[in-house]
Amino acid sequence: MLEVDIEVTQGAFRLQAAFASDAPVVALFGRSGSGKTTVVNAIAGIVRPTRGRIAVGGRVLFDSARGVDLPPERRRVGYVFQDALLFPHLDVAANLAYGERLTAPGERFVSRQRVIDLLGLSSLLARRVHALSGGEKQRVAIGRALLASPRVLLMDEPLASLDGPRKAEILSYVELLRDEVGLPIVYVSHAIEEVTRIADHMVLVSDGRTLAEGGLSEILGRADLRPHTGRFEAGAVIDTRVARHDERHGLTTLAFEGGELVVPNVDALPGERIRARIRARDVAIALVRPQRASFQNVVAGVVASMEGEFGALVEVRIAAGGVELLARITRKAAEDLGLEPGRAVYALVKAVSIDRHSVGFA
Amino acid sequence: MPTAEELGILALSLKVAFWGLAASLPFAIAAAFLLARKRFPGKTLFDAAVHLPLVLPPVVVGFALLALFGTRGPVGSVLESMGIVIAFRWSGAALAAAIMGFPLLVRAIRLAIEAVDPRLERAARTLGASPLRTFLTVTLPLSLPGVLTGSLLAFARALGEFGATITFVSNIPGETQTLPLAIYTFTQMPGGDAAAWRLSLFSVALSLAALALSEWLARRTGTRAHA
Repeated sequence: MLEVDIEVTQGAFRLQAAFASDAPVVALFGRSGSGKTTVVNAIAGIVRPTRGRIAVGGRVLFDSARGVDLPPERRRVGYVFQDALLFPHLDVAANLAYGERLTAPGERFVSRQRVIDLLGLSSLLARRVHALSGGEKQRVAIGRALLASPRVLLMDEPLASLDGPRKAEILSYVELLRDEVGLPIVYVSHAIEEVTRIADHMVLVSDGRTLAEGGLSEILGRADLRPHTGRFEAGAVIDTRVARHDERHGLTTLAFEGGELVVPNVDALPGERIRARIRARDVAIALVRPQRASFQNVVAGVVASMEGEFGALVEVRIAAGGVELLARITRKAAEDLGLEPGRAVYALVKAVSIDRHSVGFA
Repeated sequence: MPTAEELGILALSLKVAFWGLAASLPFAIAAAFLLARKRFPGKTLFDAAVHLPLVLPPVVVGFALLALFGTRGPVGSVLESMGIVIAFRWSGAALAAAIMGFPLLVRAIRLAIEAVDPRLERAARTLGASPLRTFLTVTLPLSLPGVLTGSLLAFARALGEFGATITFVSNIPGETQTLPLAIYTFTQMPGGDAAAWRLSLFSVALSLAALALSEWLARRTGTRAHA
């Protein structure tokens, strides 16, 4: 359990952050400069809040009321920085060993060999730090933090300085950590596709305040938070299972409570859980099931609610067997179709709108 | 080739310079760290005090040392009661060398510490290192090129130290007569020119050797820390 309720003042910048989470991965999501990094710095003990309380797994790290303020080295908080920040005067093996040596053997929960295997570091051990690529550096940084056996792992935009393929690679390692090591992770990002792929719990940070927190689908589905989650990113997050592959067409069918989705081939075994994200602008609405159309994904549902009555666009929430899809259509289209809550409709999802980035192992 | 007498002078000079450097290095590192990384009241004054030997006439420094560490001085008399005398001893010459080289040492180390990314120090702290351990395992190793540069400067300064030494510990052959003092003595003697020339050449050779050694060390540590 991670509990944060703090106020930080740094010159003219003021931050108020309050959230609590039991989830394996909490995402701190918000634009650059919103204060996300300040929150993790406060958890790590690098920034001192003016007041408040921080606790990890019931252990109080900071409490202004009780005068508790543990120094960083006693917080047992692993920190993976945006720029990796490996020690340039040490080789990879010595970087990995740095925190491990400072951890009492009884406190260690993961062995060096396991970390090396998990992160694929064996061929890098004797290398100098400056001879590593960006992705390799970040893997070593994750390993270094893990080997200090922290109680929580903070990751501050760990993919920000990497290119596309390296981003995907590191992200799968983070997923591996989440699933294999069982260490709570606080993941800071301004990229919604990273957040939807690995997080379960989301804290929305904007202008030095935590605006909202909750489950991923809940936060991303809330219309009042749309300006912060991003207008064109509005959409639904759906947990699915791989039903089957169609090798001939290079397609994968994902099953969920409200039906099925066909997406371009996903590299996962049948039965594996996949989180799919469908953006509101990629969903159209029909009153009858379309015939002879290019839409591969047609989901039957009922209009649950409609938002944005006054602009040119309307967001229609469609309930489909316990799952809600979001469609953004013009107000005129909504009037022409006579849409209203309770009306049975078909949500037309373009197969291509479920791209690889928004499909992740859940 | 140097004569036995000349070798004695060279050996004494190296001994005085080495111990002067060795004694001042820990204090210089501490002072450089304070100046580079800490904010405290009186920091400007502290900075000025560290630089004082650089701007004062060396004779004034020697005179102040004599006043303080002479057997009747406030520090010297206490040391004497403990059986330690440094006035007019080679250890006094080393002290004079240490003080004259101190500002050069601090300046070079301070610059090197300031060039170390403080975020690396933060990373070390989150990995469980105390501030002292962070300094010893991260900041100091990364500042090593600066420590070497400063050491060379201070060592060279110590080899050339004249004014403070002669004022504080006089010019005693075999005890406090270092290379510059010996050269000076020969220039004051009728027919001493040849001997003064010979010692001057040894002095040049010594300085060049020190320079070459530090270049070599700097290149080795430099490639480790920055390449």
